[in-house]
Formats: sequence, C-alpha cells, structure tokens
Amino acid sequence: MSDVSSTLRTGPATGHWRTAAQQRRLRRRYAADRRMQILGLGAIGLAVALLGILFGSLVYSGYLAFAQTRVVLEFRIDPALVQPDRIQDGNFRSIIRQALFQQFPEVTSRRQQTELAKLLSPGAEWIVRDHVQANPELVGRTVNLLVPVADPYDQLSKGVIPRDVPESQRRLGDEAIGWLDSLDRRGLVRTTFAWELFLNADSRFPEMAGLAGAMTGSFLTLLVCLLLSIPLGIAAAVYLEEFAPKNRLTSLIEVNINNLAAVPSIVFGLLGLAVFLGFLGLPRSAPLVGGMVLSLITLPTIVIATRATLKAVPPSIREAALAIGASKHQVMMHHVLPMAMPGIMTATIIGLAHALGETAPLLLIGMNAFIPSVDSIGLLEPATALPMQIYSWADSPERGFVARTSAAILVLLGFLVAMNAVAIYLRQRFERTWS
Amino acid sequence: MKEHIVRSYEEELALLDRKIAQMGGLAEDALGQAFDALEKRDPRLAEAVIGSDKAIDLLQKEIEEQVIAMIARRQPMADDLRHVMAALRITSDLERIGDLAKNTAKRALAVSQEPYPKPIMSGLRNMVERALRQLKDVLDAYAERNSELALSVWREDEQIDAMYNSVFRELLTYMMEDPRNIGLCTHLLFGAKNIERIGDHATNIAEVVHYLVHGVSIADDRPKGDETSSTLISHQ
Amino acid sequence: MVVTGAADEGSRMNEQVRTGDIAGAAVSALPRGAGPAVTAKVRARHVDVFYGDKQALKDVSVDIPARAVTAFIGPSGCGKSTFLRCINRMNDTIPTSRVSGQITIDGEDIYDPRLDVVQLRARVGMVFQKPNPFPKSIYENVAYGPRIHGLARNKPELDGIVMSSLEKAGLLKEVRDRLGDSGTSLSGGQQQRLCIARAIAVSPEVILMDEPCSALDPIATARIEELIDELRENYCIIMVTHSMQQAARVSQRTAFFHLGELIEQGDTTDIFTNPRNRQTQDYITGRYG
Repeated sequence: MSDVSSTLRTGPATGHWRTAAQQRRLRRRYAADRRMQILGLGAIGLAVALLGILFGSLVYSGYLAFAQTRVVLEFRIDPALVQPDRIQDGNFRSIIRQALFQQFPEVTSRRQQTELAKLLSPGAEWIVRDHVQANPELVGRTVNLLVPVADPYDQLSKGVIPRDVPESQRRLGDEAIGWLDSLDRRGLVRTTFAWELFLNADSRFPEMAGLAGAMTGSFLTLLVCLLLSIPLGIAAAVYLEEFAPKNRLTSLIEVNINNLAAVPSIVFGLLGLAVFLGFLGLPRSAPLVGGMVLSLITLPTIVIATRATLKAVPPSIREAALAIGASKHQVMMHHVLPMAMPGIMTATIIGLAHALGETAPLLLIGMNAFIPSVDSIGLLEPATALPMQIYSWADSPERGFVARTSAAILVLLGFLVAMNAVAIYLRQRFERTWS
Repeated sequence: MKEHIVRSYEEELALLDRKIAQMGGLAEDALGQAFDALEKRDPRLAEAVIGSDKAIDLLQKEIEEQVIAMIARRQPMADDLRHVMAALRITSDLERIGDLAKNTAKRALAVSQEPYPKPIMSGLRNMVERALRQLKDVLDAYAERNSELALSVWREDEQIDAMYNSVFRELLTYMMEDPRNIGLCTHLLFGAKNIERIGDHATNIAEVVHYLVHGVSIADDRPKGDETSSTLISHQ
Repeated sequence: MVVTGAADEGSRMNEQVRTGDIAGAAVSALPRGAGPAVTAKVRARHVDVFYGDKQALKDVSVDIPARAVTAFIGPSGCGKSTFLRCINRMNDTIPTSRVSGQITIDGEDIYDPRLDVVQLRARVGMVFQKPNPFPKSIYENVAYGPRIHGLARNKPELDGIVMSSLEKAGLLKEVRDRLGDSGTSLSGGQQQRLCIARAIAVSPEVILMDEPCSALDPIATARIEELIDELRENYCIIMVTHSMQQAARVSQRTAFFHLGELIEQGDTTDIFTNPRNRQTQDYITGRYG
C-alpha cells in the first residue's frame, strides 16, 4: 500500500508555495479580492448617499407642512347672524370678521379691514360653523377657538417669507406683518401639528388642503386592484405552472406575460381609457376603473412571482402527496398553495406597492379630479389618488403647496415602506417554514 | 476480467495470491524435504523441515489477518468474496499440509538411526511424488483459476488413496515378517498416512478452487480410495 | 438470464461452467411458457419506458414476490428508479414519458385506462430518498392519507389508524407526547420513519422505497433496515438502493439494472456470492466502468 501513496504523491515538491512567483500570485489574488469588495462597497455607498439626498431634500422641504400656524380668537356667535335651527346657513363670515376686528380696533378703513380679513384662512369659517353645529347651545354665546391663519401668514410665521427684503418684493406688506406680530405679542399665535394634512380633503387653500381624499381614493383603487389581481393572478399562475400542457401556445402565453410586465404603464392607461371608458362605458375618474387599470399592471408581476414561488415549493412535497394518492387538485390545495401563500402574499404586496405609486395610467383615465370632500368618494364617483394629488399640488402656484407636495411624497413613501416591511416580514416567515 | 476501480483493492487481492503461492511453495518444499530426510535418514534436513513450519504458520497468520481486514474494510462481494474466502480456506489447508510434513520430518528424525531395507521406501516415494504433483497442480489451478485442472486433482486423489492402501499392506507384511521392523514400520505407516492426508488437503483445495471459479460446490461425493480403515490382515 | 421459474432454478444449480452465451441470454425476456413464480405480487412483462425519444427502460420482465423485500441495484441512470416509478405510475407526472408493456399487481393491469391512478397509489405506497414529511404536524402527516381516501369514519377511528401506523413504523414511542409538533422538527431518521408511517396509514399492499436511507446516518439507517425487515411480513417491499451492502442486508431478491435493461435477478445470496452475469459481477465487485 505504500507504493500506492507514493504514486499518488505526484504534486509539486514541498517548498513550492514559498517561491517568489507564488508569493506574487498570492498578493495579486488578495488585491483582486480587495478590489472586488471596494467596488461593491462603493456601489452600496453611492446608493445610500443618493437615497439620503432624496430623503433629506424631501424632509427639508416638507417638514414645514406638518406644522400649522393658528390664532386663538374669541368668536361671538351672534343669534342675529346664526339662527339656531338653521346653523348651516348662518353668516359665519361676519362672525369671523368681527372676531378679528375686535382684536384690532384701530383698523377701521374698509380697505384695511378687507386686508385684515385675509389674515385668517377661509377655512376658519367652516371650522367655527362645524363647531357650532356640533354644539348648538353656543348660539348667543362666545367661544374661544383655534383657527388656522392664511397661507402667506403661515409662511411668514415659518420664516419662508423673509422679513428683511424690501416690501415690494414680499407677499405681505409691513402692515400685515405688524398684525401678525401684534397677535403674537398678545400670545394668541400658536404653532401646532397640521392635522388638516391627514384629515382634510383637497382644497384650493394650502393650509386647508389635506390628503384624506387622495388616501381614500388610493385605498379604494388598491382594494379593487387587490380583489381583481389576487384571484386572477393566482389562478393564472397555478394553471400555467401546474396544469397547462407544455406546448407552443402556453410558452407563447408565458413569453407574453413576461413581456407585459415590461410594458410601460401608460400603455395600460391607454388600454383602460379605450376599453373600460370607451368600450364598456364605465365612469371617468372612478376608483373602480383605476383599480382595474392598476390590476392590469400588477397582474403580470403577480403571475410571474406566484409561478416562481410555486416552483420553489420542493418537488418532494408534491411527490409525497401524489404518492399517497392525492389528486392533482388536492396536491395543489392542500400542500402547494399553503406553502406558497406567504410568497404569493409578498409578491402581491410588492405589486400593490408598485400600483400605489403609479401615476400615468390614472392620469389617462382622469383620476386627477379635484375632491374637496371625503364624503363624496365612492367606487363609481370621481376620485383621486396619492400620486395624482402630489402631481396636482406640485402644479399649484401657492407657496404653501411646495411644502405640502413634499409632505405628500413623504406620506406616500411611508406607505410604500410600510407595505414593503410587511412583505419582508412575510418573506421571513415563509423562509422559516421551509427548513 | 476488468480491474477494480480502487487500485489498492486490486493490489491487496494480488498480494493475497502471492502469499498463497509462497505458502504453497513452502509446503511443497517441506513435504519433499521431509521425505528426503526420511529416505536419506538425514536428521539435519529433518530439523530444517521442522524449523520451516514456523514460516508456514506465520504466513497463515498473515493471510488470515489480511482476509479479516479485507472483509471488514472492503466488504468483498461475489467473486471477490469467494476469492478471499478461498484464500482463507486454502491457507488453513496449506497450514495443515505444513504440519503433516513437519510430523513426517519428526518421524524421519525418530527413525534416522534404524536400518531399513531399500525396497520399503519405493511405495512411499511414489506416494510422495504423486502428492507433490497433486499439490503443485492444485496450486497452479488456484493461480490460474483453472477449474479443469482442479477437477482432475480432485479425481486423482483416489490414486493416492490406492497407493496408500498398497503401502499399508506392504508395511503390515514387513511387520509380520519381522517384529523388529515394527517400530520403523509404524513410523513409516504414520508417514504414509500423513501423505495420504496431504492428498486429502490438496483435494480440499481443489474443491475450493472449483467453488472460487464457479460459485458452486462440486456436486458429487468425492471418490474415496482409502480402504485401510476396514482392512484387516489376518495372521496366517 | 432472467430466472423466475422453478425449472430455471434447477437447471442453474447444475451448471458448473460459466459460458459466454449465458451472459448473452441474460438480456432476453422471460422464456416462453416459463411458469410464474408462485407468489408473484407484481409482475412486469416487456416493459419499455421512453422519456421523449430517449428509451429509459428496455424490455424489462420481472416477477416480484409478496411478503419479501426485492432490491433493485445498478449504476445511476440505469433505470431502476424509473421502473420503480412505473409501479405506482409516478412516471405519469412527467408529460413526455411513455410506458409500454404490461405491469400487473395481483393480476390486475395497472396501466388499464379504467384503473384510477389515485386508488392505485393508495395501494402502492412510496417512500422517497430524502425524507419529505409535509410541513404539518406529525399527526396530520399520518392522518392525511386516510383522510383523503375516507378510510376513517370518525375521529377515534382516524386516531386509531394514526397510532397503529406510527406504532408499525416504530415511531410511536418517540413521538407519542408530541403528535402536534411539526413533522419537520424530527431528526432525519425519524422523518423517514414518519414517511413510512404515512405510507402505511393507507394500508398499501406494495411499498416502494427509492433509496430510503441514502440521506441518513448509519444508526438511523439500521433502524430503517430493521423496520423494513419487520414490514416484510405484511407487505411486498421493493427498494432501490445504491448501497450494495444494504441490498445484501435487507433484501431477499435482488435485480440488477444496467443501461435500462434488467441484466440479472435472483436470490440476494446468489447475486452477491455468485452472480451469473459478468456485468452484475463487475458492478457489485467495484469493477464497473
């Protein structure tokens, strides 16, 4: 047996590894390893930096929208202006003006009074009205309420409108600045969280504009999209993966599904416009149509991802079930689908997150409606969606919408991050059940 | 026959055969020399034969150990299994042959001082020559995996038995003729019996070779020629 | 030589000299009129299997006795697993596969179009190379088969089937207190016994085992082998194995496949001490290739 080992030992003589040539080779290999690492680190660093810049700029320009400047005023609900049985039709405009003028008795000229009235947001009127409506016993009494100031004053208070430039280049004159400062000195100006951003629907006045309408619209749209794309997507994927005969037709379908996933979303928008609106005659701007169009976009993604997860279910499980006498359908329903479900959910959530951010197709079916009230939103009623809201705010001239736009983007990103987090959570659970 | 994929396995099997051949050679030498010692009344040669048995025993031990190790480590199958089992059985037969040769040599030592008439040895010599040829043939049969040769060895054992019968009668006759021959003839008788036994062992080896080659035992009963157990020569 | 009839056994025993034509004849099908083995449970005649254009099995004829372990050995890709999968028609799941010839179980043609595959697979259990319990509880793993085949009318009956199957698989003692645990939480050997229990639970007549121990350590392997030995009394067991030692230890009959052909079959002892065919001999002694 010793001769065997001697014949096997045909490698280079010992000491070969210490030669200078070998050392050079070794150094080159180490250097190559390091280069590889540095390259990868650099790529990741660049991505993180770009992401940081994006978020930084969004937060920098958007954080102001989460705060709102308000003033506390004493409103006298004059029964002459508001009838207790018809509060809805009361003249709250006058009540507001009176409350304001009461603070500035020195302002008497009509022109000045008109200017002064612009200090408060037009929304103040509705806030007082809603408050009185909720508490009808207030008629005839006075009530202290916190009402938002109009956008220019809000911007002034937040320092967006500078004070140290000549008056002619400012949105607000010296007089107007004086009024706000005077209220501030009396301790009536407060800066609080801008709950309007989340609770209000859209408005032409930035300080009153909120995302509630857009969020409701997005929610309804995604609901429709979810209800359509999950059953359709899973059914299609299951059929293609498990039941379809492997022939020319099915491979053609496969290729086309893969192609559909790469089709620009605006094309789907056009399809929706032509088929759902033009041919089927569904209402414009409705979440139903929006959801249908978005489900067209998410379907290929869901089908592809579902097929991948179905493929990932170990064949041994299928064999085990088949070998014990389960039918194809039982194998599918009892074993493969339950095992693939977390993966399918992950794929669906990512697909929906994708759909949540879609703008172009919604634009084409007119889902950029101006929705001033959440109550009016329904499946067949005109609606808007988050990305559309961002789009229309970005187009608005008022100064306050700049911050509002960034804030809306942050909210949208927040939703996307939350959805992806759920997807990651599901994926981890999914991986746990494997081993 | 193709070689094993594992070369060291092939080498171990070859080593086994070499050791068997070596052992067989030693056993042949021992038998031949034991008879020479008997015939020439050479106590030194007899001593040498007795000493050489150690080497045979040692080889037997080696082969046994190697076979056990191979069964444990290689788990031989089919013809390899038969090969190592054959080696194990042949080695024990050869060891017995060595012992019988040694015993014969011891008898040569015992009778080396006794005078005896020449003709007494001729029958014995024929037997020894026959046995040596049988042994050589069967070892060749093993080395060549030649079952025909093994079968012929197996069949021809009858002749050794027949020779033994005649030697038996011859020696009995000598003893009856002259009681002084009884001591010598008894030793020679045992020597002859040893050689007959060696023939039997050669036959065993032939059977092993047949099994090794074909995987089945020789079906018939072996022809037996040794009738001495029932031979009785009455005093006339 | 494909040996099944008693007459062949006898003639073989008398053979003393190996001749070339015996090896040549090994490939041919059963001789005409060769009587069936007395207790043949599974019988195959002239089975060919094609995967697309590739022929995976060529003219395989074999009789497999009931209440015994039959081992299929042979190099990878020799068709032994393919043949095993013909017996419960698992090959049907491969779209391009095509089987011709005849396979019967108790005389019933299993490729008869009127025969229901699902029922066949309940009659012919299968255990796979890698333990593949469902990612469900131990109880559910065993109860699944009886449940889909409606073998238990109520919960106590189902419990009874589960318990006795686990008992027969020698696993009950180890898992009695944790039937609700996941089947995948068991060790590899326990998982494999769970898979055997799962197969037994539907009361099969034949159990196919495709290299059941190749993923297990020697101790777990020994346990499975012991189990197979016990099960032999009630089932017709057919196993594919790469370990010739295992085939030698466990089986009573052995069949050697090579390049899609059944080269030789016979009593395990004969195959491993004195194979008739040169190819068989080369394979089991490690001279293959």
